[in-house]
Amino acid sequence: MATEKKTVELDGLEQFRENLDLKLQAKQNENLTTLNLGPTHPATHGIFQNILQMDGEVIMDAVPTIGYIHRAFEKIAERRAFYQITPLTDRMNYCSAPINNMGYLMTVEKLLGITVPKRAQYIRVIMMELARISDHLICNSILGVDSGAFTGFLYVMQEREHIYDIYEEVCGARLTTNMGRIGGMERDLSPKALHLIGEFLKRFPKVWAEFEKMLTRNRIFIDRTVGVGAISAERALSYGFTGPNLRATGVDYDVRVMNPYSSYDDFEFEIPVGGKGDTYDRYLVRNEEVWQSLKIIEQAYKNLPEGSFHADAPHYYLPPKQEVYRNMEALIYHFKIVMGEIDAPVGEVYYSVEGGNGELGFYLISDGGRTPYRLHFRRPCFIYYQAYTEMIKGGQLADAILTLSSLNVIAGELDA
Amino acid sequence: MELTNENVLGKIIEQFGEENIWDAYDPDGIMTFQTNRATIHELIRFLRDDKELQISFLTTMCGVHYPDQKDKELCMVYQLHSLRHNYRLRIKVYFPISDPVMPTMTDLYATANWMEREAYDFYGVIFTGHPNLIRILNVEDMEYHPMLKQYPLEDQTREDKINTFFGR
Repeated sequence: MATEKKTVELDGLEQFRENLDLKLQAKQNENLTTLNLGPTHPATHGIFQNILQMDGEVIMDAVPTIGYIHRAFEKIAERRAFYQITPLTDRMNYCSAPINNMGYLMTVEKLLGITVPKRAQYIRVIMMELARISDHLICNSILGVDSGAFTGFLYVMQEREHIYDIYEEVCGARLTTNMGRIGGMERDLSPKALHLIGEFLKRFPKVWAEFEKMLTRNRIFIDRTVGVGAISAERALSYGFTGPNLRATGVDYDVRVMNPYSSYDDFEFEIPVGGKGDTYDRYLVRNEEVWQSLKIIEQAYKNLPEGSFHADAPHYYLPPKQEVYRNMEALIYHFKIVMGEIDAPVGEVYYSVEGGNGELGFYLISDGGRTPYRLHFRRPCFIYYQAYTEMIKGGQLADAILTLSSLNVIAGELDA
Repeated sequence: MELTNENVLGKIIEQFGEENIWDAYDPDGIMTFQTNRATIHELIRFLRDDKELQISFLTTMCGVHYPDQKDKELCMVYQLHSLRHNYRLRIKVYFPISDPVMPTMTDLYATANWMEREAYDFYGVIFTGHPNLIRILNVEDMEYHPMLKQYPLEDQTREDKINTFFGR
């Protein structure tokens, strides 16, 4: 039974899983073990519960339970002024908080009709790509940890600290960043921030090359990941996969290229795709995306345009503090913005960005009030985690853990 | 074929008739129109299977509550995407809260499963034919559907948190 899994190729995968269901019905619970994986198991990297039906080491069926850290963000957003919702978005995918922030801000800017200056767009691109690196870096190194290679994790974790240092210099926070404001960034890149980014660009390629060297052609790692948790492109599309997990199946859908936002069309980069949609492919796609992100940051860093770091939108963008003390208009705007007393126009907007895990969408309905009438988050984790049951069926328990980490399910984004 | 709002809408109306497709407009570059409960399932199947359109990716769906609209209190919004043509589409179905029933899309898209459970959890929309329509994010013994507009964000009887400015 245990050796059956390794020989399964992608073509026969669905048939194999169907046969498994039949076998399960035939067995009718005799000799089956029920195992409770989670909700707070250290290997699940987040709060997920799966009740597994196991035949020996092989998973026959799984029932996932989610919602352990549901914080009702969509409800809260209906009662908060627009600028107060950005901190909620940090707490969705906390591994790449700036992408969430920027995605939300760009949605609101689209509703308000604000055009952000080039410099702010480039700064946003730099921050978003740094966030993507820190997201993929965690995912891939955790995958190493789960397959028994702890060293790489600690090694690249140091680089994440350096990325957080850059965040800290740009916005003052490290994990939940609340970066950017409606209309641009809250401050320009300081000389120190520019220096830190430059240093990062110099140092990181070596680190990442070394990390790749440790895992990519590692015999143990390949044995553990090739063919594990595979999904076909067709099923993945039906499950609404986006991002690296979809690209690992061979579909080259990337929001940054298909619907470029924030000047992504100015940069040259490639979309890596896989073929089999298994854990190893997902690892490779994320690895290559880190290189591409570095490429984008380099281009943006070199060609950073001069100009303002925010749009001229006095109704929504806070005036400089020294103006508030001296200028009546500035004081009025400051008060109105902070109290959230500025009404947005009536409208309806969907905007999506390429988040760490896929298409992160914001569907905003405004009825002309100070808060959104309805704000729906399209959270990629929530959408693709439902395929997890199908992906682990027929595999072993240890492989289920690897599949979970390679999907990069972030509990905060899953439950919102 | 280049997909534009005109030719996509023309094709849909040709298939389903003007009495079933109405109120088409373009609020943000994504064509939006309304349809009714009897048509929605066939419509989404048609968009998915049509060789020319290939609008075969369900981006997201969500409920919306409009308590002031008589007999159109609830709304389900479906957003579809054609990855081949990079064309997006938004479909709305309004229905009364006294009869919150919608056909399920789980037979067309695997991803509809949890999205519909979320809409059930938040708004109490009942999807006929759904294989496992139970709450997904909230606890199972919750007695109401919290995203409906009549439920305030926080307990209004609390006295330690009176703050009229910040919308509590």
